[in-house]
Amino acid sequence: MSQSILIKNGRVIDPSQQLDQVMNVLIENGHISAYNIQPSGREREIDATGKIVSPGLIDLHVHLREPGGEEDETIATGTSAAINGGYTSIACIPNTNPPIDSPADVEFLADQAIRADRCNVYVVGCISKNRAGEELSEMGHLARAGVVAFSDDGSSVANAELMRRAFEYAKMFDLPILSHCEDKNLTNLGVMHEGEVSVRLGLRGIPAAAEDIMTARDIMLAESTGGRLHVMHVSTARSVELVRQAKRSGLKITAEVTPHHLTLTDERLVSFDSNLKMSPPLRTRADVEACIAGLLDGTLDCVSTDHAPHALEKKQREIDHAPFGVTGLETALGVLNTCLVKTGKITWQKLIEKMSTNPAKIIHIPKGTLAIGADADVTIIDPEEKWRVTPEEFQSKSVNNAYLGWELTGRAVCVMVNGRVRLNRMR
Amino acid sequence: MNTQWPELGELPAGWTRKHLLGLEELSREELEIILDKAQFFRDAFDRGCRKFSLLSGHTCVTLFFENSTRTRTSFTLAAQRLGASCVAFTASTSSLSKGETVIDTAKNIEAMGCESMVVRHSTPGIPQLLCEHVNCSIINAGDGPHEHPTQGLLDILTMRQRLGDLHGKTVALIGDIAHSRTARSNIWGLQKLGAHVIVCGPSTLVAADWEKMGVEYSYSLDAILPRVDVLNLLRIQFERQYTRPFPSVREYALLYGMTGERLRRAKPDILILAPGPINRGVEVTPDVADGPQSAILEQVSNGLAVRMAVLWLTEGGRKIDN
Repeated sequence: MSQSILIKNGRVIDPSQQLDQVMNVLIENGHISAYNIQPSGREREIDATGKIVSPGLIDLHVHLREPGGEEDETIATGTSAAINGGYTSIACIPNTNPPIDSPADVEFLADQAIRADRCNVYVVGCISKNRAGEELSEMGHLARAGVVAFSDDGSSVANAELMRRAFEYAKMFDLPILSHCEDKNLTNLGVMHEGEVSVRLGLRGIPAAAEDIMTARDIMLAESTGGRLHVMHVSTARSVELVRQAKRSGLKITAEVTPHHLTLTDERLVSFDSNLKMSPPLRTRADVEACIAGLLDGTLDCVSTDHAPHALEKKQREIDHAPFGVTGLETALGVLNTCLVKTGKITWQKLIEKMSTNPAKIIHIPKGTLAIGADADVTIIDPEEKWRVTPEEFQSKSVNNAYLGWELTGRAVCVMVNGRVRLNRMR
Repeated sequence: MNTQWPELGELPAGWTRKHLLGLEELSREELEIILDKAQFFRDAFDRGCRKFSLLSGHTCVTLFFENSTRTRTSFTLAAQRLGASCVAFTASTSSLSKGETVIDTAKNIEAMGCESMVVRHSTPGIPQLLCEHVNCSIINAGDGPHEHPTQGLLDILTMRQRLGDLHGKTVALIGDIAHSRTARSNIWGLQKLGAHVIVCGPSTLVAADWEKMGVEYSYSLDAILPRVDVLNLLRIQFERQYTRPFPSVREYALLYGMTGERLRRAKPDILILAPGPINRGVEVTPDVADGPQSAILEQVSNGLAVRMAVLWLTEGGRKIDN
């Protein structure tokens, strides 16, 4: 039986109940049990004056790398990174080695998450066997083993017929298909967004069309099959518009955007820094503005980090050969506060909706809320704390972050998972 | 300092650079310093003077991750003519196959003791990356399709010798613009000297995005030919093309090959350059390559002079830095 906790005088923001007020929150037996209770002396008291009390953050797009990529991240280090960044629940993407395409793989991840004992881990299963894009994985088995979605992530399903079957089949289990929209032939050996900057730098470009073509295809397949599409890491203005139009026409699709696609442009590649190489690549200022607009008007439902750790020795290679991906769990909150909240582009209510309320809805988990009776997954945020992004700040095993050296404002100072305090940076 | 060569003078006041990574980052003044010093060395050769002792005791390493013979030979001779010793280090095309990173390779070489490193690599940005990890001077001898500053400089020096002031002159770069580091270095350098640059080639190799670099672009050599003062015929970089950007070499030659027939439609005093190695019958026919308008061999001699100037200047910059 865990100790009762009283979070006092915090600004409680819970978009699931349209709640935004300063009050006390009582946690008992791992659940939110009451509001506005005065201390009885029996509870552990946490003074959240001047802080934001949010439902625990949820990230639908995390690469934990285990099994097979333990030099980059493990379930233990990845879930520690999640906690450090204010996340209480994450969904892990199945591009591991072996990929997560059988119930045994799902069980392994679940067991490792229990051993790590940090945050809640939800498992995403493969769309196709071995992520090979050739035949469907045993989705029924995977669903029964508890996966919350299907995805082949970086290996975008090239075969439209297979993708069609995936949408149709996954429908039976009411699980979404998380699609990494990319036409690999168009990407070819590109390393950054194709445009003025790639021309100047002589780096091989990835055209926006490589993403847009697949976004359009998957929207059409979702429409014709009635399947549930969740578009991963939307990065182009055109894809934002495709999703917007699809939603307007009544399709039940959802979409996410990453912190880096909301804040960085391809101009930054002038440093040739391989930590700025990710898929999809950093796009233009116009694309970034379109992503922000999409986030604000509801076209983009949530922020996912696409936390993609890679060991230093891999990223220290030539940018042509370095792997795609950047870490994100530990910088997302600070980056979005610094670049979007502090600049008046988005409110805290909206940001928490995008980082907690909505992701929970997309994968149908009973999280992302501080409603009475809910699991006590709580993130207390100090919106004014200034900190510098350095490798020493990371719990992740990898440091391939796009914001190294930045001074950020705002971070999670206290994180509770199921009523247990997992992080406490408060005085 | 240079009592033997008073006309060379001390390190020019406007020069502090220890590295030469590209022409984009240079000011017009710095560009002219290099060109003037290169011209000095060129004039010295023409007077029969080939050996200097300006860099005696200096060690230069040519660190090439890509095949090259002429650029490397040119740098090696340049270093030797300045009195430096020059060593060649040939690495595999990618560090991937060896398991050693480029940074490790460079640090290893530096540990053996060298003052300058001439680097060629298939990936853009490698010379810039190495600057952060070693103390010696880094001279970019070509980083993927990004920059090849000494090639740009020798092209410009050749143009300057033939045409004088390049302000207002029209220079057309023909061919595989997309994959050409020579094109990029030419553009940055020529624009700083006031020339008008046209990039011309198949539409699969010349994107509209080039306009944003301040150049004109065209798909038709015949259309631009009459108003061009200099033609720089770039080599087709088959090794950098992953899907073939035009149907056949024959067709390329038809559309972009510089032939005697085309030459008759150009300005009579047009200057023809080619960074080489040239594919005779593709970019240029032999009659044009060997004709009076061609300065292809001049370029090679100028290349040596440019590289001597660069080695001497960056060594001066390195001493200031230390």
